[in-house]
Amino acid sequence: MKAKVLIRPKRGILDPQGKAIERALPTLGFDGVSNVRVGRLVELEADDPDRLSELCEKLLTNPLIEDYEIELD
Amino acid sequence: MFGVIQFPGSCDERDALLACRRVGEARLVWHQDTDLGDVDVVVVPGGFSYGDYLRAGALARFSPAMEAVAEHAAAGKPVLGICNGFQVLCEAGLLPGALLPNESLRFVCRQVELVVESSETPFTQGCRPGQRLSIPVKHESGRYYAPAEQLDELEARGGVVLRYGAGQNPNGSAREIAAVVNEGGNVMGLMPHPEHAVDPLTESTDGLRIFASLAAPAARSASATLSG
Repeated sequence: MKAKVLIRPKRGILDPQGKAIERALPTLGFDGVSNVRVGRLVELEADDPDRLSELCEKLLTNPLIEDYEIELD
Repeated sequence: MFGVIQFPGSCDERDALLACRRVGEARLVWHQDTDLGDVDVVVVPGGFSYGDYLRAGALARFSPAMEAVAEHAAAGKPVLGICNGFQVLCEAGLLPGALLPNESLRFVCRQVELVVESSETPFTQGCRPGQRLSIPVKHESGRYYAPAEQLDELEARGGVVLRYGAGQNPNGSAREIAAVVNEGGNVMGLMPHPEHAVDPLTESTDGLRIFASLAAPAARSASATLSG
């Protein structure tokens, strides 16, 4: 089964990438964009989707600093 | 015997090996070795293990040698993680917290001043509390982070071993933390590179104090007592 795992920095953790993007936007004419946070997307195919949460917690994310969502196709 | 772990992508293992050899015997341990044999002090060196893919240190923790390192740590024997080694030990759950990308998003490479917070560890027993050490940093993900309550707990038990001096924090680390030790007191991680400050050629030899502390008989007997 195909799945997507969305990983994002936990709320409250400073995300300097998001900040840098946010600062760059007005100079490109994009005003009114705020709270930019940068995460990552992992696409995969799993025989046993029930084990995806375990996979996320053991490897794909560091639960101390990141949250994740699993989206099954 | 010091054992310096060598992962694919390690780049400071030779310097760490040479630093250890200034104070004792040392050898490299290949990442696929599962038996540490004669090693009584483990050094997890700096570099870019497994290309820093996913998150720095995330993949190295699954290498076969890390199982042996976890057993070594559980037996109360000393484990020192430097830079990427610190990241690996955090990812492996042997140390609290995590290392995030630097606040500046830039790779920093410079000499920093550190303050010794605790000399009650096998890693700093040759230092005085409050002593200043000049040691270089070179990293892109060195911002120490842990939730506030975990930081309070860490400070309360004397788990912060080194802090960046005033105005020296190179990465935005919480509470200027540069080095932490686990509850057992036998696993330490630090972002600065003591192995790059052992020769007068590079001006400071302060890093040698860390290796000399580990080589001192008390470090070994402390770990022997802990391991019972």
